[in-house]
Amino acid sequence: MDNMKKVPVREQDPKERAHNFEEVCYGYNKEEAMEEAERCLHCKNAKCIAGCPVAIDIPEFIAAVKEGDFEKAYKVIGKSSSLPAICGRVCPQESQCEAQCIRGIKGEAVSIGKLERFVADWALEHDIKPDTATEKKGKKVAIIGSGPSGLTCAGDLAKKGYDVTVFEALHKYGGVLVYGIPEFRLPKEKVVAKEVKKVEELGVKFEKNVIVGKSMTIDQLVTENDFDAVFIGSGAGLPMFMGIPGEEANGCFSANEYLTRNNLMKAFRDDYDTPIIAGTKVAVVGGGNVAMDSARTALRLGAEVHIVYRRSEKELPARAEEVEHAKQEGIDFQLLTNPVEILTDDTDHVVGIKCIRMELGEPDDSGRRRPVPIEGSEFDIDVDTVIMALGTTPNPLIPSTTEGLNMNKKKCIVADETTGLTSKDGVFAGGDAVTGAATVILAMGAGKTAAEGIDEYLSGK
Amino acid sequence: MYKVSNARQLVDKIYAMDIEAPRVTAHCQPGQFIIVKVDKNGERIPLTICDYDREKGTVTIVFQIAGVTTTKIAELKDGDEFCDVTGPLGKPSDLIFEPIEDLKKKSIIFIAGGVGAAPVYPQAKWLKEHGVGCDIILGSKTKDLLIMEDALRSVCTDLYVATDDGSYGFAGMVTQQLEDLVENKGKKYDLCVSIGPMIMMKFTALTTKKYDIPTVVSMNPIMVDGTGMCGGCRLHVGGEVKFACVDGPEFDGHKVNFDEAMKRSQMYKTLEGRALLKLQEGDTHHGGCGNCGEEA
Ligand SMILES: Cc1cc2nc3c(=O)[nH]c(=O)nc-3n(C[C@H](O)[C@H](O)[C@H](O)COP(=O)(O)OP(=O)(O)OC[C@H]3O[C@@H](n4cnc5c(N)ncnc54)[C@H](O)[C@@H]3O)c2cc1C
Ligand SMILES: Cc1cc2nc3c(=O)[nH]c(=O)nc-3n(C[C@H](O)[C@H](O)[C@H](O)COP(=O)(O)OP(=O)(O)OC[C@H]3O[C@@H](n4cnc5c(N)ncnc54)[C@H](O)[C@@H]3O)c2cc1C
Ligand code: SF4
Ligand code: SF4
Ligand code: FES
Repeated sequence: MDNMKKVPVREQDPKERAHNFEEVCYGYNKEEAMEEAERCLHCKNAKCIAGCPVAIDIPEFIAAVKEGDFEKAYKVIGKSSSLPAICGRVCPQESQCEAQCIRGIKGEAVSIGKLERFVADWALEHDIKPDTATEKKGKKVAIIGSGPSGLTCAGDLAKKGYDVTVFEALHKYGGVLVYGIPEFRLPKEKVVAKEVKKVEELGVKFEKNVIVGKSMTIDQLVTENDFDAVFIGSGAGLPMFMGIPGEEANGCFSANEYLTRNNLMKAFRDDYDTPIIAGTKVAVVGGGNVAMDSARTALRLGAEVHIVYRRSEKELPARAEEVEHAKQEGIDFQLLTNPVEILTDDTDHVVGIKCIRMELGEPDDSGRRRPVPIEGSEFDIDVDTVIMALGTTPNPLIPSTTEGLNMNKKKCIVADETTGLTSKDGVFAGGDAVTGAATVILAMGAGKTAAEGIDEYLSGK
Repeated sequence: MYKVSNARQLVDKIYAMDIEAPRVTAHCQPGQFIIVKVDKNGERIPLTICDYDREKGTVTIVFQIAGVTTTKIAELKDGDEFCDVTGPLGKPSDLIFEPIEDLKKKSIIFIAGGVGAAPVYPQAKWLKEHGVGCDIILGSKTKDLLIMEDALRSVCTDLYVATDDGSYGFAGMVTQQLEDLVENKGKKYDLCVSIGPMIMMKFTALTTKKYDIPTVVSMNPIMVDGTGMCGGCRLHVGGEVKFACVDGPEFDGHKVNFDEAMKRSQMYKTLEGRALLKLQEGDTHHGGCGNCGEEA
């Protein structure tokens, strides 16, 4: 075995998987995991830990995998992360933990994400219970939103002995993990529901169909329901549009709508009532994870799919693995291309998308070279469906119904980085609602920080 | 939770029932709606809160059979349960934020078309409870399809019934009834609230524009989440994109782009037709009927 390279991971054949919603990546088995674990050098000054936003003791858990003690490995990860089966699957490892791995200098980094996933799946399979609190604090905390930030904050507080209730607006728990990220990347029953159950086993109560700000306000949570502290993990779920002509046409969707119909409402399954317009030729505008997920969903629903992205391949913000998978599956990438108009017929249905070629100019604020249109390079792509995956902003519902909660210019809730405390006493926040659309692990990290902050706040009370 | 009581058929295709949903009734206001999911695999559909009882914790819905989900709901009996009910959603009617003294000075007309009687009722009732009077035009195609006549009559000053075929009350459409009131009966209105099929709201808005009466309409586009997350309910109001579930459902009727909204509401017609046929006929339907859009 070439120890400069990762132990390869088994995946579903691209030709097969382009037509089903089964998970793409099969993950490591025991032997493969132990073999990959051998590659870790157990560095004294392990750089990988610094690359992980929740600072999992990576060498420690990998050492346990090496010995075949998966339960111990799980407990090591469990000290820092409460949703490892999810992070192992969706973290952008190549720019986080694995980017720092010493192995990566000469060869390929240790496959930390796949190892984490293996350990977490093993624990789910063997139903390893997390340690629960022994002593109750007698104080109540409300968590708004059941995305990764809310789940983490809830789990951590329950472990500390708080009486925690999660309020979720939708009818399922998990936030983007259930409505956004598709089944083929993150199985809902096998993984997400089980990880949620683990949080429940810690003693956390869950209530669905409650929209804070509408069903009740944050102030009412405190005054009518006696909560001592509140954590807002409401995410950044508001879709953006480009403002180009034709965007209101039938057949033009936000990625959120398309993905929600398919993931949360299971439109891809015959036994569900939700309709979806799958499209036969689909253009997806954008280059992030959301764009890849929309494109690969449309492909699986039977469409021919084009991704339209205004920068070049190097700038694609999606996880490297997803871009790779999308290409293998046969998705066409129109890079350095920007839509200018959605073309419609006289019944207002989409019949095409007019695009313009771009070239990279001077670097912009983000340090990336700014794409500029090449004059006269317009061309049409013949499509019947357009999916806008341009990013999202935080939902204003809570800020607009909560007095004394400050927001910044980007409509994000302002929260202290070290405690999660907002401008309102007893109210904490974290995740996408504070940072704008980011990642699962950063949202978890924020949930963790806030749990510490809340503990400190309530201990002092 | 979400237990059904008082389930009843009002007229052909229109039903009413109460649903136990204390989280909704705790703080709901006129103009707001709920989203219900009838069973595990069902769709989420929006329905207006037609009435509510804060003590019992029940909301009343009045709905018309339109497709699969409403058909399933119509089959529910007392004691059955919804899988999910969430709300209250949307903004309450602007009315309730106005000083009562100002409202009392206003002459208000509601126009309710078809099942639109349901959302009109809680607003008129709220006004009455606050000592404010109003007139209501209740319209339907024909006498047999008229709903909530007594309920509406009990909360307004004057109720005008209009039927398209003239089988009861004024013979003509609600817009003609309004014209008759303004032009022949010397009525003056300072505010019109029009709720019903989109086409009706479009034409009432055109009519009230003529008379310069500020007009509120309640939009009912296709919705999924109802929390502002999917953008499916977007529409143009005064050239700006608005999400009906969080910015509405009530908007300035003189600014809404109705033509666009009507086209958008047709988006799933074929697919819905197919799903309904599937529900009615099981797996026996294989296209070719011309209704479901599937080739034979
Ligand atoms: C399609 C898609 C693919 C992605 N892929 C990846 C990936 O591969 N890797 C990665 O790291 N990140 C990915 N992300 C980003 C990641 O999912 C988010 O950064 C993360 O989920 C944010 O977590 P959160 O807890 O802040 O909020 P969310 O996950 O958004 O959860 C917020 C929850 O709060 C609920 N809520 C909102 N308002 C209220 C209210 N008023 N009352 C009650 N409940 C409320 C919402 O319904 C939701 O369930 C992806 C995002 C999307 C949309
Ligand atoms: C804010 C709001 C309040 C409403 N209040 C009432 C009410 O009080 N009483 C009532 O009878 N109806 C009301 N409606 C309309 C009602 O939601 C639709 O009739 C219902 O969704 C149809 O569902 P279906 O499955 O039975 O029919 P389908 O066969 O699924 O659809 C029939 C038609 O209804 C529309 N529709 C489908 N799904 C949705 C959806 N999720 N949201 C909105 N429209 C959809 C489409 O235009 C479709 O062509 C309201 C709609 C909105 C947006
Ligand atoms: S949580 Fe994410 S960043 Fe941290 S070790 Fe796991 S995969 Fe790497
Ligand atoms: S940097 Fe790489 S080799 Fe070193 S401990 Fe971390 S994973 Fe192992
Ligand atoms: S229903 Fe999804 S944004 Fe309004």
